[in-house]
Amino acid sequence: MLSFVAQRIAKGVIVLLAIIVMNFFLIRLAPGDPASVMAGEAGASDQVFVTQLREKFGLDKPLPEQLLIYVKGVLKFDLGFSFRQQMPVSKLIMERLPATLLLTLTAFVISLVLGIFFGTLAARWPGTWADTAITVGALVFYATPLFWIALIAILLFSVQLDWLPSFGYETVGANYTGFSHVLDVGAHLVMPAMTIGLFFMATYTRMTRASMLEVKRLDFIKTARAKGLTANVIQRRHVLRNALLPVVTLAGLHTGTLIGGAVLTETVFAWPGIGRLMYEALLQRDYNLLLGVFVVCSAMVLIFNLVTDLVYRLVDPRIEFAT
Amino acid sequence: MMLKKIVIGFALACCLGTAVRAQEPKQEPKMGGTINAVIQPEPPSLMLAMIQNGPTQMVSGNIFEGLLRYSPKLEPLPGLAESWTISEDGKVYTFKLKPGVTWHDGKPFTSADVLFSIEMLKQTHARARGNLAQVEKVEAPDDLTVVFTLKQPFGPFISIFEVGSMPMVPKHLYEGTDYKTNPYNNAPVGTGPFMFKEWQKGSFIHLVKNPNYHEKGKPYIDDIYWQIIPDAAARSVAFETGKVDVLPGGSVENFDVPRLSKLKDVCVTGAGWEFFSPLSWLWLNNRSGPTANKKIRQAIMYAIDRDFAKDVIWNGLGKVATGPSASTIKFYTDDVPKYPYDPAKAKALIKEAGYNGEKIRMMPLPYGETWLRWGEAVKQNLQDVGLNIETIATDVPGSNQKIGDWDYDIAFTYLYQYGDPALGVARNYISSQIAKGQVFNNVEGYSNPEVDKLFAEGANATPDSKRQELYEKMQKILVEDVPVAWMLELQFPTITHCKIKNLITTAIGVNDGFRDAWIDK
Repeated sequence: MLSFVAQRIAKGVIVLLAIIVMNFFLIRLAPGDPASVMAGEAGASDQVFVTQLREKFGLDKPLPEQLLIYVKGVLKFDLGFSFRQQMPVSKLIMERLPATLLLTLTAFVISLVLGIFFGTLAARWPGTWADTAITVGALVFYATPLFWIALIAILLFSVQLDWLPSFGYETVGANYTGFSHVLDVGAHLVMPAMTIGLFFMATYTRMTRASMLEVKRLDFIKTARAKGLTANVIQRRHVLRNALLPVVTLAGLHTGTLIGGAVLTETVFAWPGIGRLMYEALLQRDYNLLLGVFVVCSAMVLIFNLVTDLVYRLVDPRIEFAT
Repeated sequence: MMLKKIVIGFALACCLGTAVRAQEPKQEPKMGGTINAVIQPEPPSLMLAMIQNGPTQMVSGNIFEGLLRYSPKLEPLPGLAESWTISEDGKVYTFKLKPGVTWHDGKPFTSADVLFSIEMLKQTHARARGNLAQVEKVEAPDDLTVVFTLKQPFGPFISIFEVGSMPMVPKHLYEGTDYKTNPYNNAPVGTGPFMFKEWQKGSFIHLVKNPNYHEKGKPYIDDIYWQIIPDAAARSVAFETGKVDVLPGGSVENFDVPRLSKLKDVCVTGAGWEFFSPLSWLWLNNRSGPTANKKIRQAIMYAIDRDFAKDVIWNGLGKVATGPSASTIKFYTDDVPKYPYDPAKAKALIKEAGYNGEKIRMMPLPYGETWLRWGEAVKQNLQDVGLNIETIATDVPGSNQKIGDWDYDIAFTYLYQYGDPALGVARNYISSQIAKGQVFNNVEGYSNPEVDKLFAEGANATPDSKRQELYEKMQKILVEDVPVAWMLELQFPTITHCKIKNLITTAIGVNDGFRDAWIDK
């Protein structure tokens, strides 16, 4: 297993380097650069100003040289300096990463737990009103755009009912500590986490249901029944465990999509995470910051995929680690 | 030296105070409380001497100060300078600094700081560099006196000292350092009514009252939280639910303004933009394509229903522009050729121009829904008179690049005027400001030696009556030539809960800091 993990990490580093090189050139294909954005924002500019900015940011150097400088920095764990925010990129990302992890992991757990629960429920009694209700509900959440759910949730729970805060990570200026702080952050977390989570919950519900119905038809389930096992034991030990493999695969693949979902949700709910940071960096052509966020997100996806492979082994002991 | 004019600061301050009191029943300011205001987008830095975008000016106007402030009528008011004199030949400006002013770290503010700030701004501040080009030398005969000697008289010189145009920087913290990486860029130290306390990136910026502020008894409020909320709809909700008290101009989409204005205890004002006087227009490429033809440019002016834009897209806010100067800045005249909405006349001009249906590329301003809707309306107007318009959609960096490369036919924009034609108008029309790669200035490529001469003479002429004459002539020529299509004098309303009093008292509005604001609890 150790050699498996070591090999995956080595491959991951190569993938990361490829991502850096590809994105380095890709983001420079977009029209405009940080100097033109900042000159535009200043409300006045002259040639000296724009030239100064390009020199300051190192954008006057040839592209291969810029890439070399960047890669050398990354190898020393230096993600560079944000042109716009006037701060080291790693500091900016580390400030925002915990908020994104909290949001995406909460959404992930909610979606997985509820998705498997509802999927199991629907598969247990297929064709009943409960199955129909769950299937239709899942379809609705699967098909509805995230931003719309977010805005409707704000209107309902913040404006009309005044139950939940509409923006931010915590109540600014309240200076809560201890358990009060946890409750405060929790209240701010509910809507953004549910907004992301509902889509994925719908996916897992549908996947779990379909997979369980598939497994239920297999011969070993008939054998289990013939052995006299109860329906609940068959459902839990034999059907669910085997049906979970595709769900785990999907969940692993979704880690990247979750961060993608966070971009929109963090913007609508003013959640101070790296999704929003990435979106703002893109609009401002803050190359170093954008690349830095890509590197961190890619690393996270690689790590989650590795964890998924390890979880596979736990779900299905027949699977061996191929090195 | 013969003194032409002596301006005693406190006299003007009293006048301003009277004007403010006249607007509302006299109420004694109450001490204490917190103001939650929206800031969007998040400023890149609070170091005003190096970054001059809108959000930076809005937050940092509380931290930093300039030598002067300006009344809504653009008259200079005391700031860090308590009085000033101008020599009879208009070339020597002597400022007396306010005694007893200290930086937030307790060090005294002196003329040495002014001299240092000027040298630093020449390197870091594009607009200040342009304004200071007229200065021959700056001297500090003592700790509280600064003398500017100009190469020649420059009428608008007295208008360049507000905090955004010339912020004062602490010499003791910046001298000999790399300005770019100076740690005080993200924890700025100024002389203003509020001090920097905390910045949680992506969430809020917290400023607290400066207990040693040089205007005794001010500021009245304890602290300000600038809340960073990226989505316009979420900003509206935050205001509606009482989580924020102040929506500075442009914080919410224009179509939300009427709804928010009708809420209980909500106050709306268009004041505080007199210095900037944002004027919107369409860049028309004068170099090539159909818009190089003056008749087509005039046709565009007749073809666009600007009253519709004002009444429907901007909800009645603003004013139809008559030419290159906004009506709120100095030396404005409306005695210029007029371009009412007249599609028939536009069609006739297009026919005269021999237009053959060539494609015309139009770039709306990617600043949100209001601007996109305006782009749609203008496209329809222009298509109605037979122009073949293709909309080019892009984001802000893309738009900047295309404009800077002159790669467009029509492009929306709006720019500040800074109170005087020499500061905010000339740059858009004079030949010396044609340079590829620039986002602003004369990107349309208009070149008229007579206009160049009028702007050059206008900047240095004395007295003001002579300047008026020159600038009126300039406005008439430009409006006849239509180098760009002027649209609206924009108004960005500031929306507050009415318990917030006296928020806007000068010509730069919320950018001038909340020193006078108080909360009616």
